[in-house]
Amino acid sequence: MLDFGFMARCVPLFVKAAELTVKLAFWGIVMSTVLGLICALIRYWKIPVLQRLIGVYIELARNTPLMIQLFFLYYGLPRLGLLLEGTTCAIAGLTFLGGAYMAEAFRGGLNAVGRSQIEVGMSIGLKPSQILRHVVLPQALAVSLPVLTATAIFLIKETSVFSIVALPDLMYVAKDLLKEGHSTESNILLVLSYLVIILPVSLIFGWLERRVRFAGFGY
Amino acid sequence: MLDSAISIFTAGRNMARLGEGLWITLKISLSSVGLSVLLGIPAGLLMSSKSRFWRAVLRFYLEFIRIMPILVLLFLLYYSLSSVFNINLPATFVSILVFTLWGTAEMADLVRGAVTSLPKHQWESGRALGLKETQLNLYVIVPQAVRRLLPGVINLTTRMIKTTPFVFFINIPDLVKVAQQIVEVAGLRNNLASVWVYGFIFLIYFAICYPISLYSNYLEKAWQT
Repeated sequence: MLDFGFMARCVPLFVKAAELTVKLAFWGIVMSTVLGLICALIRYWKIPVLQRLIGVYIELARNTPLMIQLFFLYYGLPRLGLLLEGTTCAIAGLTFLGGAYMAEAFRGGLNAVGRSQIEVGMSIGLKPSQILRHVVLPQALAVSLPVLTATAIFLIKETSVFSIVALPDLMYVAKDLLKEGHSTESNILLVLSYLVIILPVSLIFGWLERRVRFAGFGY
Repeated sequence: MLDSAISIFTAGRNMARLGEGLWITLKISLSSVGLSVLLGIPAGLLMSSKSRFWRAVLRFYLEFIRIMPILVLLFLLYYSLSSVFNINLPATFVSILVFTLWGTAEMADLVRGAVTSLPKHQWESGRALGLKETQLNLYVIVPQAVRRLLPGVINLTTRMIKTTPFVFFINIPDLVKVAQQIVEVAGLRNNLASVWVYGFIFLIYFAICYPISLYSNYLEKAWQT
C-alpha cells in the first residue's frame, strides 16, 4: 500500500523543487526565444559571416545532447577560467540548446511570409523596421507558433537533467528520496509534479494555436 | 596544451573504454529505434483506423508519453517497477523499454500523419482499378507512406541517440558515464581533463547525429512532391 503519510511529508519538498524547475524553464525559454529570433533574423537578412557562424551554432546545438552541453559548461569552462554557478549554467545550457531550435522554428515562419507582402509594405512607404514589425513578424509568428510551443514544451522536459549540475530540481529530490526506500510514492509525486507543470502549459498552447490558426493570412 | 589532451586519451585503456561506452550508447539507441519502428507501425495504423476505442486509447498513451520527460519515465520504470512487482530488471533492458515506449508513441504519430496525409482518391482509384485490399496497401499506400515517413524516422534516430545519455542516471556505463569516470581520475593530475573529455564526447555525438540529420534533410527535399 502507498504510504500517504510519507507522501504528505514530501509534498513541500516537491513544491519547492517544482518552483525551481519552473523558474529555470521560464528563463530558459524566454532567453531561447530571444536568441532564436535574433539568429533567425540574421539568417533572414543574410548578414555575411554572422549567418555562417549562426548556421554552425545551430547545427552544433541541435545535434548534441543537452546533458553533454551542460557537462561542458559546468565542469569544463571553470578550468578555462570561466566559473558559472549551477543556475546560470542551467539557463545558459538550456538557452544554447533552445536558441537553435527556436531559430529553426522562426525560420519556417519568416520564409512563409510572401515576398509580395514585403513589396506591398515598401510601396506604401513603410520603413524596413516598420515592415518587420507590422508586416513580417505578425504573420511569421502565426505560422511559427505551433513549432514554437512544441519547442517550449520540449525545453521544459529537458530541464529534467539539471540535477547533473547539482541543482535541487524535481529529479534531484526524487533521486534523493530513493534512499528512504519509498520509490513508488516519490515517483508518483514526481509524475504529478511534471503533470501539474506541463499539462496547463500544453493546454494553453493548444488554445493559443487554435486562436491564431486563422491569423496566418497573406500566403 | 595539446599534449595534456593526448596524455588523457592514450592513458591506460581510456580510448578503448570510450569505445565501449559508445557501443553501449549505440546499442541502446538503435535497438530502441528498431523496436519503435516495429511497434509504431501497427500502433499508427490503429490510430488512423476507424475504431474509436483504439484511437482514444492510443491518443491518451501518446499524450501522456509526450508530456512526461523521458527521464521521469526512466525513473518510474527502473525504480518503481522493482518495488511494486518485486522484479529486478537489468538497467539496459529498462532503458530500451522506456525509449521504445517513447519511440513507439512518436513513430505511431508519424505513421498516422503519413497515412492520413495521403489523399483519399489514392484508395478510391486503387479500388476502381480492381485492386484487392492487400494489393492496394502493398502497391499504392505503403510505398507512398514510406516516402513521407522516412525523414521522420531518421529524425527519430538522432533524437534517440541524443536521449540515451539519460541512462547515465541509472548507472549504465554509456559514453557519458565513461567520460565522467575518466575525468574523475585524470582530473586529479590534469587540470584540463574535463574540457578535453567532455569536448571530445560532444564532438562524437555531433559526428554521429549531424550526418544523419543532413541525410534526413536531403530526403525531405528530394522527396518533396
